[in-house]
Amino acid sequence: MIDLIGYGAFFLTTALIFSLVTLGLNLQWGLTGLFNVGLAGFVAIGAYTSALLTTPDDAARLGGFGLPILVGWAGAMVVGGIAAALTGMATLRLRSDYLAITTFGVAVVVQLVALNAQKLTGGPFGIGFIPRPFGSLAETPLLFNLSNLAVVGAVTLIAYLALEHLSRSPWGRVLKALREDERAAISLGKSARFYRVQAFAVGGAIMALAGALQAHFTGFIAPDNYLPILTFQVWVMLIVGGSGSNLGAVIGSILVWGIWAGSGTLTSVLFAPEQQARAASLQIVAIGVMLCVILLIRPNGLFGDRPRRPRFGKREKAAAIKSSSGS
Amino acid sequence: MSLQFVVDGLLTGSMIGLGAIGVTLTYSILRFSNFAHGDFMAWGTYATLAVVSAIGATFGKVAPIAPLSFGWPLLVALVVGMAFTALLALLLDRVLFSRLRSQGQAIIVVMASFGASMALRSLLEFTFSSRPTYFSRAIQIAMPVGFGIRITPDQIALLLLTAVLVLGVHLLMTRTQTGRAMQALSQNAALARIVGIDVASVVRVTWIIGGALACVAGVMIGILVQIRPFMGFDMLLPMFAAAILGGIGSIPGAVLGGLIIGLAEAGAVQLIGAEWRAAVSFIILMAVLFVRPIGLFGVRER
Repeated sequence: MIDLIGYGAFFLTTALIFSLVTLGLNLQWGLTGLFNVGLAGFVAIGAYTSALLTTPDDAARLGGFGLPILVGWAGAMVVGGIAAALTGMATLRLRSDYLAITTFGVAVVVQLVALNAQKLTGGPFGIGFIPRPFGSLAETPLLFNLSNLAVVGAVTLIAYLALEHLSRSPWGRVLKALREDERAAISLGKSARFYRVQAFAVGGAIMALAGALQAHFTGFIAPDNYLPILTFQVWVMLIVGGSGSNLGAVIGSILVWGIWAGSGTLTSVLFAPEQQARAASLQIVAIGVMLCVILLIRPNGLFGDRPRRPRFGKREKAAAIKSSSGS
Repeated sequence: MSLQFVVDGLLTGSMIGLGAIGVTLTYSILRFSNFAHGDFMAWGTYATLAVVSAIGATFGKVAPIAPLSFGWPLLVALVVGMAFTALLALLLDRVLFSRLRSQGQAIIVVMASFGASMALRSLLEFTFSSRPTYFSRAIQIAMPVGFGIRITPDQIALLLLTAVLVLGVHLLMTRTQTGRAMQALSQNAALARIVGIDVASVVRVTWIIGGALACVAGVMIGILVQIRPFMGFDMLLPMFAAAILGGIGSIPGAVLGGLIIGLAEAGAVQLIGAEWRAAVSFIILMAVLFVRPIGLFGVRER
């Protein structure tokens, strides 16, 4: 029973960290219509920044500066936000696809730096000895798991409430207006690019914070944690929950992580050890098909906003393609 | 530094360029960036490999053509593979992309292509495992051609094949009615429909060309490097960068962009080290987006 509670706390902690990433993505995509396919890169930036700031001094690489954990988290948000702002500034004046391609590139480059810049990131072996908020409780796993859950839950709740407030604030209304009808919003004197860069930066900062939380929760990070599969999982979580809804983002994350972890356990029971790697790839196929099916039949997910008109180069062209390619 | 990087760069550039043709066509005619294009490459290569093995099982061991490492089975298999990849692209368009396109949500199509890419790649991993395989394990002796450059017969043959294919596609785009219809649709979709262009058939031709060339690019990688489920996904960023560098919609631009990126990558491998290779396309991509977002041969959207 105690084990079960411990596992439940562990599961929920991971799911809530995913929720935090999904909340960041929801601000970028759900609220503002910005397409980020490199979010694993921003999560990684947060994790590595916080790890560098808080780990004890290590002769083999730059830092560890041994700073308090909260400083690490703040640093992660700042660096993640700046990285996202730069990405946004480079691409947001162009067509929306360019942002997608660029974020994809950011993730590739962050992965390369994590793997190869040994002096900064520890290379393929990653960074260990990342301080944990309740490291002293590690002898009693139950207490340790529950206190971690409390911390992650509190951070997620704060982020959720802040985002809910933001999306109802004048700032959030501008973002929605830009998403729904860019021309009308611009004609009211709102700078589309400026607001979008802000939204993209805040979203990036939230993802980086989630990366930092994860790093301090597990105590160890390596480049393998931030492969494109992470980006993919978070997208599925947002789409299942319904883009545009913060509640949907949280519930979608818990639901999809439940399916993911559950099917992982199932394959480990059903398949022989040498077949596990192949079975795991089948798991990804299933989730990929699920994403496409949801996009086809229920694009608004469980809690989605009302139907939306995403940003597109020129409305006429959208209409032309719309009417022409139905055949 | 040795001039060998020129040959390496031209070869990598050919693979990127052939892939980028498909990317640039889908982008300019169907108006979305197809993240599954790399996986068309991988699927085409595995299909070709399967046909080669099937021919080997039926006809016994076939001797390779004089200096090359492969014989006629690979050529036959390549044609079958190209047809297969084109069909795969058409099928994916039928069940997924065309339905989402008809809802008029361009960026949703991009997302669907991202999901399809994950599913396609993992399906390959499930079927063939992630272990790399090869068309031939024979080692070719590279011939010195002066200036410290060495080249193998395979590499010469593949460079020639690329040149022929690019010329063919260029002629198709500029000299035939189908090609002109494709250009018309990419420049002004509404007007193209008004003058009676059959949009559905143009869309089909786009997928067929893109799929077939992706298969050739993949098989080139398979012959010169190795075959892995991730082979196409790793080419995605260079292909996008090449298409944008060349200017969206331009076939010569995509090929030239591919060659530039290939040469830059090969140069970087010599100067900095192979581990940073993948960053080259990103740096070029960012430079283009800042300096000249319409690319070398691009036209401003009307």
